[in-house]
Amino acid sequence: MASKVDMDFEGLASGHRACAGCGAAIAVRLILKGTGKNTIIANATGCVEVFTTPYPECAWNVPYVHSLFENTAAVAAGIEAGLKALGKKEGINVVAIAGDGGTADIGLQSLSGMLERGHDVLYIMYDNEAYMNTGIQRSASTPYGATTTTSPAGKVSIGQETRKKFVAEIAAAHHIPYVATASVGYPRDLINKVNKAVNIKGPKFIQVHAPCVPGWNYPESKTVEIARLAVETGLWPIFEMENGVITSVRKIKEKKPVEEYLKAQRRFAHLFKDERGKKVIEEIQKLADENIKRYGLMD
Amino acid sequence: MKEIRIHGRGGQGSVTAAELLAVAAFEDGYYSQAFPVFGVERRGAPVMAFTRVDEKPIRVRYQVYTPDYVMVQDPTLIPAGIDVLAGLKPGGMVIVNTARKPEEVGLKAENVEILTINATRIALKHIGRPITNTTMLGAFAGATGLVSLDSVIKAIEERFTDKLREVNVAAIKEAYEAIRG
Amino acid sequence: MVKKVLEGSHAVAEAVKLCKPDVISAYPITPQTHIIERLSEFHADGELGNCQFIRVESEHSAMSVCLGASLVGARAYSASTSQGLALMYEVLFNVAGLRQPVVMTTANRALSAPINIWNDWQDAISARDSGWIQLYAENAQEAVDYTIQAFKIAESHDILLPAMVCIDGFVITHTYEVVDIPSQEDVDAFLPKKVPYLPLDPENPIGYGMIGTPEVYEETRYLIQETMEKAKKKIVEVGQEFEKKFGRPQGGLIDTYKLEDAEVAILSMGAILQTMREVVDNLREEGVPVGLIKVKSYRPFPKDEIRKAVEGLKAIAVIDRDISLGHEGALFTDVKSALYGSGERPLVKGYIAALGGRDFPETTVRKIVDDIIKVAKEGKVDKEVEWPDLRREIL
Ligand SMILES: Cc1ncc(C[n+]2csc(CCOP(=O)(O)OP(=O)(O)O)c2C)c(N)n1
Ligand code: SF4
Ligand SMILES: [Mg+2]
Repeated sequence: MASKVDMDFEGLASGHRACAGCGAAIAVRLILKGTGKNTIIANATGCVEVFTTPYPECAWNVPYVHSLFENTAAVAAGIEAGLKALGKKEGINVVAIAGDGGTADIGLQSLSGMLERGHDVLYIMYDNEAYMNTGIQRSASTPYGATTTTSPAGKVSIGQETRKKFVAEIAAAHHIPYVATASVGYPRDLINKVNKAVNIKGPKFIQVHAPCVPGWNYPESKTVEIARLAVETGLWPIFEMENGVITSVRKIKEKKPVEEYLKAQRRFAHLFKDERGKKVIEEIQKLADENIKRYGLMD
Repeated sequence: MKEIRIHGRGGQGSVTAAELLAVAAFEDGYYSQAFPVFGVERRGAPVMAFTRVDEKPIRVRYQVYTPDYVMVQDPTLIPAGIDVLAGLKPGGMVIVNTARKPEEVGLKAENVEILTINATRIALKHIGRPITNTTMLGAFAGATGLVSLDSVIKAIEERFTDKLREVNVAAIKEAYEAIRG
Repeated sequence: MVKKVLEGSHAVAEAVKLCKPDVISAYPITPQTHIIERLSEFHADGELGNCQFIRVESEHSAMSVCLGASLVGARAYSASTSQGLALMYEVLFNVAGLRQPVVMTTANRALSAPINIWNDWQDAISARDSGWIQLYAENAQEAVDYTIQAFKIAESHDILLPAMVCIDGFVITHTYEVVDIPSQEDVDAFLPKKVPYLPLDPENPIGYGMIGTPEVYEETRYLIQETMEKAKKKIVEVGQEFEKKFGRPQGGLIDTYKLEDAEVAILSMGAILQTMREVVDNLREEGVPVGLIKVKSYRPFPKDEIRKAVEGLKAIAVIDRDISLGHEGALFTDVKSALYGSGERPLVKGYIAALGGRDFPETTVRKIVDDIIKVAKEGKVDKEVEWPDLRREIL
C-alpha cells in the first residue's frame, strides 16, 4: 500500500507557537503532506517539540510521541518493532523528526544504531544549525564562522571555529537505501522526497535545511529567500543518494558568491567588520566550491 | 518594598527592562531584584517580568502578585485579554506605551492612576527601531520618581556602548520629560 | 570586592572564572545555559587564560571530559541540570569512585516526563548516592561563595571527592540581584592552584579504573563513606576560612534562624528558604513561635547537627521539592532517619511542594506553619505527608 502525497492534508494544525517565519515549522508542515496521515511521529526535544505541544494543546494531527532529546531514533525503532510484532506495520509510516543537535550531536549514536539495524523508519533531521530551543547554542552542524551563544565572536574568536558536520554523509556510510537532502526553499522537492522515502522499505534519512529567524537573525519574511541562497551559493547541496550512490542533484544555474548568503544574516555580521573576517569568508567560499565539485552541483 | 510588573511580548526586551530598572535602583542605593516569568515562549508571545526594590536586602522569591506599578510595553496586550491591572495595589499606577490618551486605552479601574506615553514614537525617533524597553524606563522614572533619571542613564551606560548608548539615553530623557509634562 | 546587580548565572560564571579552571566542559540545557554562555564569552575574549573550553556533544561526554582532565591534574568544571544530569548519572558515580575532585553547578530542574524546564530538586536528589558532595545555595551570593569553596573542599587531599553546588533553576539562575563578587587576588589567596594527587603521568605510571572484585569493592564504598564523614568537618572549616577572608558568614552544614525559643520549625533547602525566612519574621511579629532550619550540605548529610538543632522543638515541617516515588520526600526520610537514634524527638511531618516550578509564595509557607502548629498542639501527626498546593480539581 503506497503512501501518496496528500497536499490537502494539514498534519500540523495552525496555532502552534513557532516564531513567525520559522523554517522548521514550514518543514514539518510539508513533511506531513509527503507522509500522509497513516504516520506515527517520534519527535526529539527541541523547538519543534516545544512549539507544537504547549500544554494542554497538541498541534499534531497524526499520532505523536516526544520522549527525550537523544533517543528519538531508538524510540522510532521501538515503534516499528512493536507494530511488526503486533502485525500492524503494513501501511503505517514510522517517522522520526529531530533537530540538528538531536541528530548530529546527542542523538548520533541512537541514529547510527537504528540505521545499522535496518529498521523501516524514515528519520528526518531539520537542520537549523544550532540549538535553538535553548537559546541558540552551537551544534556540530553550526557552520564555520557563525556566532552562537556558545561560539560567540570575540577578541580571540571568529565564532564557530569548526566545520559543519555533515550528517547526511554519515547516514550514507550505513549503506542504507535512501539518503537525501532538501530545503524549505524548495517545498515540492521536499514533499516528493519524503513521499519517495516512506515508500522505500528500510532505514531512510533526509536532512532538511531550515532557517531560524532569531538564530540566524534575519527579517522573518526572508526565510525562503535565505534557504535558496544557501543552495545557490553551493553551501547547501541538494541531492539524493540511493544505496550509497548519488542519483540526483539540484543543479545551480547561476552561482552566487557566499557573501550574498552571509550578508543576509546577522549571525555572520562580524565577518564583515575586519581583515580577520574577510579571511573567514574566503574559507567559507572554499567550502562552497568544494561542495559544488564534490556533488557536481554545476555543469 | 516596591514591586513592579512589566508586560510585553517576547522579543521586546521586557526582561532587560526589569534588569535595567534593578540596576538603576541599585545605583540609587536600594537593594533590587529582577526576574521574568520563566517560560518557553517564542517571539511575539505575551511575557511578564518583575522588579522588586527595597531599602533592605530582598529575600522573597515568588512572583509579584500585587504590584505597586505596572508597565505595558505593548498596548495590543490589553485587547488581547491580558489583565494588566491584575493585583495592582490601590493607589497604584500603570504606564502604557500608546499614542492614545489614558481614558482611551481600554482600562477601567478605580483608585489607579493610568498614564500613557508614546514610547514607540520616541524610540523610533532616537533609536530608529520600535524597541521601547529603555524608553519606558525613562517614562517610569519621570512618572514614579522611584528611581532617578541619572541612575537609569547610568544603568544604560553600563549596558550599551557607543552609538547605542547615546540614542538610548536620548530616548530616555525625552520620555522622562514627556511624562512629567 | 565589587557589589553589583547580576543575573545568578552570570554571578556563577564570574565565580568559576575566578577559580581559574583548566578545563571546562559542558552541554547546554535550560536553565543552566546562561552560565556556560557567559563563560563562552569570557573564553572568546581570551579572559580564561589557557583554559580549554570543550563544547561536547552530550552531558555524558561533558562529565567524561572533566574526568579525563582531572586525571591528568587539571582543575575541571561542568554545569548541568535535569535531563543532562540524568544522562551523566553513570559518569557521576565513576568520577566519585575514581576520587576526582571535579566541581559542577547543578541548576536544579524537574525531570521528564512530562518535560518540564522549571525548578525542583529531583535531578540532584536522584544523584544523591553517587558520592558527590552536594551543597544547596539560597541565593546568587551563596552560589558564588559555595562555588569557590567547592573547589577547595573537593581538591583537599584528605577529601578528593567531586562536589556539586545546587542552585535552583530560574529562581537563582535567571534572577538579577545584588551580588558581591570577590577580587581575583583574594580568590587566588584562598584557592591556590590545584595540587594534583597521583595524576596520570608517564614519569610515574599508575592505573585508574581497575576492576573492583568482591574482595575489595565494599572497601571502596567504605572509604568514600568515611571521607564523606571527614568532609563534614572540611565543609565547616573551609566555610570559616572563607568567612575570615571575605567577611560573609557561611554557616555550618546547617543554618538555623530564630530557633532559640521556637516550638516548631520549618526545614528545607535552597532558594525557598529565602521566602521562608521572611515568613518566619512576619509570624514572629504575630507572636507565632516558629523557627527555621536550613540544610546546606545535603551530602554529606548533617545528622548530628540536625539532632542538636531540633532539641526542645515540638514539631518540624520538612519541605521537599522532590519525591522518592513509592515512598515520600527524600529530605523528609533523611531527617526522620537522623532523628531515630536520638533521645528527644519532635514530631516530623513531610510536605511535598513547589514541584516542576510551581510558585512557592508566602501563603504556602503560612499554610505549612499553621499545619505544623496544629500537629504540635495535638501532639500527633495526623497524616505523614501533605501536598499543600496540590490542585485536586485537575486530578
Ligand atoms: C540530555 C539533554 N540534554 C540537554 C537538553 C536540553 N535541550 C533541549 S532541546 C536542546 C537543543 C535542541 O537543538 P536541536 O536538536 O538543534 O533542535 P532545535 O531546538 O534547534 O529545533 C537542548 C540542548 C535536553 N533536553 N536533554
Ligand atoms: S527559534 Fe527558530 S527554530 Fe525555534 S521556533 Fe523560532 S524560528 Fe523556529
Ligand atoms: Mg537546531
